[in-house]
Amino acid sequence: MIELETTTPFFQDKQEVVDEILSRYPEEGRRSALMPLLWEVQRAERYISEARMHEIAEIVGITATEVKGVLSFYSTYHEQPVGRYHIQICSTLSCALAGADEMYDHLVNELGIVNGETDAEGRFSLQKAECVGSCGTAPVLLVNDTYYERVTKSRCRHLLEALRRDEMPEPWRERGGDNEGAEKATPFGGAEGGEA
Amino acid sequence: MSDQPAASPQGILSRHDERYQVTMYRRVGVEGAHALESYRAAGGYEAARKALTTMTPAQVIDEVKAAGLRGRGGAGFPTGVKWSFMPPPDGGPRYLVCNADESEPGSFKDRYFLEDDPHQLIEGMIIAAYAMQVTFGFIYIRGEYYEGYQRTWEAVKEARAAGLLGQDILGTGFSFDITVHRGAGAYICGEETALMNSLEGLRANPRLKPPFPAAAGMYGRPTTINNVETLTSVVHIVSKGAAWFAAMGSEDSKGTKVYQVSGPVKRPGVYEMPMGATFRELIYDFAGGPTVEAKAFIPGGSSTPMFPWEDRFLDMSMDFGTLAKNGSMLGTGGVIVIPRDKCIVDALYNLVRFYAHESCGKCTPCREGVGHWLPRMYQKLVAGLGRPEDVDLLENVVGNIRGTAFCPLADACVMPVQASLKWFRDEYEYLAANGRPKYQKNDWWQA
Repeated sequence: MIELETTTPFFQDKQEVVDEILSRYPEEGRRSALMPLLWEVQRAERYISEARMHEIAEIVGITATEVKGVLSFYSTYHEQPVGRYHIQICSTLSCALAGADEMYDHLVNELGIVNGETDAEGRFSLQKAECVGSCGTAPVLLVNDTYYERVTKSRCRHLLEALRRDEMPEPWRERGGDNEGAEKATPFGGAEGGEA
Repeated sequence: MSDQPAASPQGILSRHDERYQVTMYRRVGVEGAHALESYRAAGGYEAARKALTTMTPAQVIDEVKAAGLRGRGGAGFPTGVKWSFMPPPDGGPRYLVCNADESEPGSFKDRYFLEDDPHQLIEGMIIAAYAMQVTFGFIYIRGEYYEGYQRTWEAVKEARAAGLLGQDILGTGFSFDITVHRGAGAYICGEETALMNSLEGLRANPRLKPPFPAAAGMYGRPTTINNVETLTSVVHIVSKGAAWFAAMGSEDSKGTKVYQVSGPVKRPGVYEMPMGATFRELIYDFAGGPTVEAKAFIPGGSSTPMFPWEDRFLDMSMDFGTLAKNGSMLGTGGVIVIPRDKCIVDALYNLVRFYAHESCGKCTPCREGVGHWLPRMYQKLVAGLGRPEDVDLLENVVGNIRGTAFCPLADACVMPVQASLKWFRDEYEYLAANGRPKYQKNDWWQA
């Protein structure tokens, strides 16, 4: 999608943010600031428009095409707006062995969207993700940047209900293994949202 | 090696098995462990002080060599030797990169280190930086680990404020600082040269080697890249001595390793054990054993060839040499248990899709073979539309991809396929001949 309309520059009144990001990298590494700048935009606007690519290109000193070349390489930058609740479902083996495929079907039915889509309201978007590194607490959903682990059917139901009320439930922290018990899981939504 | 003495004054026993003491992983899951105050109260940064104030850089490298530490990222290269590849300082910048792009399916240990014990990693980096006289460090964290990214940044800032990072660390005249970089979802960034490209703001395609990173890495300068667990191990080697570390483990693999178990077992999770402990100990004694009948296990992350569920394989030592001798790899130590009722062709299709998604597109065998041919062949088989000769065709294709790609990603995909054909060819043939899988359970999701 090419956006030719004029928009307020994102970094116009954020010079200190830009300076801080540039200061993280050595002199010779100005281009290293590219990914953090992309994150800065995406966290605020939920996607990175063509106009923002041009802005970032100017800051880093490369072309907008190069910026697009980099962001399109990575699977977590979006070139289209995603929903307020961007749900990523881990689909790789350990999660599949814990029911991720069935959970995906359930989410499709519940949300009325498939992998890669955003609903008409702009509330939910759904994305199948490759291994998100939480295999010991499979199956796993990410809502924006938050992990929801060991998502059973009942936990999934509670999570969607909460999100429909615009509430982000507290994620429960689990570590499993040697640290099972140290931070015993407290399922969000109280006892009934817990172990089924 | 299974009966290491458990007792060391500060050692904390595994909650599940008193034979082993936990060192690196002992603070994971402990409330507030990520804060500097908590880390220092537990003796944190004393190893860095010891290295910087009582040892020369060369002595630190020798200590790591003597400990026999091998890289925990998967390849198992001796860490001290890798460090000694750095050329002598020439006054210009030199870099240390911590690879925290953990993305190998079945691996989930680094995330907990980053979230719960980032100071331990920072201390390891200070020691490594001192040993190699490095001026600046990067921690490259995969994009999904946002909490780990935030916690690690907070820890870096705390360490700076406490004079543990920055100019003249601990009054020794040694200066070193760290920046934390957030990736954006690309498995290929686990490959060290691809990671450097990503860090430089480029597409994460791997680079041709040589030159190796020690000669020309970040921004063309000498660079060493180590895994989170490798750098964390260094803290304990310096603190307790090389002899302590080398006394644990097996002949070719020393120290403890943070193993992981996932799949249908009673207590999936992360377990720190001496290297050379067996799969049976990990899966049964620690993780409580499979909850359903199992038929195979993947020994160290999805790219390591699987083994059937047989005593001779379950009793193998989890170390570099034993796994290599048996045609697989230790990898990241991420074990995945595969239940009998999971169609093995479907399980491999899942992994093949992963590698197809992650192929960076740089070289033809991987872009076309892994990226397109393999998922299509699997899709056809799994849909029940395969012909009996497709199994041979699949074997032929993976045989031709193996060893021909630019970087290890393609081999990481085809070796597990080959292993599945070796051990479970009957399931492929059954599916191709009958149009339906031998095992077709498809309701894995728990209420």
